[in-house]
Amino acid sequence: MGIIFREETFYNDFTFRNSPEAIRRFPFPFHEDSYMYSVNLEPHKSYRPGSVLERAFDVDEHYVSEMRDRARVLAEDPLRCQSLPHMTLAGWDLLELIMVSKAEEYPDLFELHRDGNRWHWINRPLGIEQRFTFLDETTLPYGPMEYITRQTQGDFAVLDQREDNLWMDAGMVTTQADWSLDFDIGMNFFEWHAPVPKAAEMGIFQRALKFLLNVQQGAPARRFNWTMTVNPLLDTSPENYHKWGVMKRDLTLENMGQMMHLRVELQTFFRLPRSNGLVFPIRCYLIKLDELVTVPKWARRFHRVLRDLPVELATYKGFVDNRPKIVEWLSKYDDGAPTSPGIWPD
Amino acid sequence: MSKAVFEPSIPSRPVYGALEPRTGISHLMIADAEGAEAILDMAGAAPPGFFANAHIIYIPKRTGTLYVERLQALAPAQLHIAPSYAAAEPRLKRVLSSSHMGLQLYLAGTEGLMGQVMREAIEAGIPHDAIQTEHRGSTARRVQCVHCKGITEDVTHDPFQCSHCGLHLFVRDHYSRRIAAFQGVRVDAEDPGNIPEAVERFK
Repeated sequence: MGIIFREETFYNDFTFRNSPEAIRRFPFPFHEDSYMYSVNLEPHKSYRPGSVLERAFDVDEHYVSEMRDRARVLAEDPLRCQSLPHMTLAGWDLLELIMVSKAEEYPDLFELHRDGNRWHWINRPLGIEQRFTFLDETTLPYGPMEYITRQTQGDFAVLDQREDNLWMDAGMVTTQADWSLDFDIGMNFFEWHAPVPKAAEMGIFQRALKFLLNVQQGAPARRFNWTMTVNPLLDTSPENYHKWGVMKRDLTLENMGQMMHLRVELQTFFRLPRSNGLVFPIRCYLIKLDELVTVPKWARRFHRVLRDLPVELATYKGFVDNRPKIVEWLSKYDDGAPTSPGIWPD
Repeated sequence: MSKAVFEPSIPSRPVYGALEPRTGISHLMIADAEGAEAILDMAGAAPPGFFANAHIIYIPKRTGTLYVERLQALAPAQLHIAPSYAAAEPRLKRVLSSSHMGLQLYLAGTEGLMGQVMREAIEAGIPHDAIQTEHRGSTARRVQCVHCKGITEDVTHDPFQCSHCGLHLFVRDHYSRRIAAFQGVRVDAEDPGNIPEAVERFK
């Protein structure tokens, strides 16, 4: 398979780029020329070889650099990774799920050898080799959730299921679209979604919760979400908002193509076998507008979506002030031609 | 009356009811400032002997001695007057840790007080349905700065200056029960120095 892992940064000099191959497999989230909230959950089944939907946990050319960025963010702020005391078993469930999936799906990159509870894990891209005892925390350098999510792209919310609700009782959150694990930990599904406009009155959360409570082991689900980010910042946390918020002012029509990014979250949901918890990985993919417009269908459609987006959504997603500029820039790439159905390039 | 009417808000924001006497082996009442009125009102509906098994922890704040004599007149088994929540907290934890099944908990006063006691009570394993709350008095908020994590008590103005890091924060309705605080976020993050005039939103 031979992924060439890029050396790049997501802060300061922002050397993050997508290769032409990475652009072609980017999960463009709009299947039509407009956007409104919907539950949009579907089975997380292997789909379209080479795409980000082929495997349970996609590994791409940004893997090594993203893990370095996570370590940097955690060193600055350890509160980005927390687990309430009753969530340790769910952490082991998650470690098992990821190790087994990655070893099966990327045998040239990851190996897992199991002899009863004596496990041997090899992560070649990060140069890690670890022998440990499954379910014995003293044999790992971190708790099980932290250990494995320091080696897996995407944020992770680990949810406890009780009282017909989901509770955000553990997580690893360093690549988030402006929400705080430290503030939200311990909240239920409705509480942590409280700040989202419109969706509650549309009944979105009631329906989504009902679906998620019934996700079965071995039958994960997925959906996309998206926003816009100035500079390729994985860490757009509220904690650091006073550092990255100001960057939005630097946007001009001249630097738009390099500075403005579409940020897409591939959200997946897996039932955990021992704890009956639910893990909610939130994988962030970034693409520069210059990169995005190399696919003519995406350029046309994205222009139409942003132009027609309800103002509440543009405000909530944090780009309402810059929207006119972004739409003006994108309009050059929209000749009014019809677009084909579906999210993939023509 | 000092009952506040809260505007409709988002689902993470707590809502409060009105205290009513319940049957229980013992009754623990925690109130601050005008919260004393809620206990006094409840006393009117209480059966004889109700306060013989009651422990009241009261933090008068700016009301001084206004309610103290009337609380004494209820003849509770214990009445403890504390100068601040922080000062009352060790006692509260001790009482909660030795509480038995059948304890009823009554919280009255400001959101900051009720939120903090609620957190201690849940941690001590008191079931939700044994806890009642009634808001009285100031609607001032307890707010956590999302940037430095410091908590500022009794916030009345929006935006306000974080008492720890000095950033100017706007006050969200998003509320964490675990922290017992609303969230404060830098108001001029995208345009440093452009700080709107503070408005007294919480009296």
